[in-house]
Amino acid sequence: MIGVYHYMTVAAILFAMGTYGVLTRRNAIVIFMCVELMLNSVNLTFISLSRHLQSMDGQIFVFFVMSVAAAEAAVGLALMITFFRNRETIDVDQINMLKL
Amino acid sequence: MEILFFYLVALVALASGFLVIRCQSPVNSALALVNTFFCLAVFYVMLNAPFMAAVQIMVYAGAIMVLILFVIMLLNLGIEARQRYMRGIVWSSLGSLLMFLVALFIIKRGRVTGATGDITEYTIQNFGHTELIGMTMFTEFLLPFEIAGILLLVAVVGALVLAKRDV
Repeated sequence: MIGVYHYMTVAAILFAMGTYGVLTRRNAIVIFMCVELMLNSVNLTFISLSRHLQSMDGQIFVFFVMSVAAAEAAVGLALMITFFRNRETIDVDQINMLKL
Repeated sequence: MEILFFYLVALVALASGFLVIRCQSPVNSALALVNTFFCLAVFYVMLNAPFMAAVQIMVYAGAIMVLILFVIMLLNLGIEARQRYMRGIVWSSLGSLLMFLVALFIIKRGRVTGATGDITEYTIQNFGHTELIGMTMFTEFLLPFEIAGILLLVAVVGALVLAKRDV
């Protein structure tokens, strides 16, 4: 029988991987994909705990996480397109126009 | 048998998660991420949440990844430059390792309480997962559901305004 701890360990490893990717990668789209990876690992935690507690609330939360991720994808990618038009790159090291 | 299958899927999920953060080309990262999403959908099926698995495939592997791939191809990105900052990599790997260890400590030491609801495997198989989700969402969580709708509307308008050529 697979316990809830197995799923949570997998989710923790995925979350740590996503954190590492966000901190080290410099391409804004890859950083974005790593954020999606972290959101997905949280979803896995939510669903496994929801099944373990035999309650439906966690899965509704996953639904809201998914809708927020979709909104974030739309706005984030639009921001990247706008930035690419201005600077011809989406390297996050070059995104320093607000710096004095 | 089930545990072997679990380990197989977990191995594939973690390997493709590793590829997401290691691949030099963003397209390869995106394909590895799709693979991870499929593995998570398999986990959801194993957890008796088939509706969530379907939504995971449709929303993540379908909509969001297609959007990301479109933007990658639109911007025609090359391979990421190899120039790296050693200090940043060391600190961020230390940070993520610390985060993982804290999470593992909490998982190992913490005790999950017993069942608080009454949604058993039997209920799901007899009543249907989609019906249960719909019932909870449109009774208990109606206000958050409406707010999520408004959030999506605002996101669509914001994306249009941002990506338009002459604002």
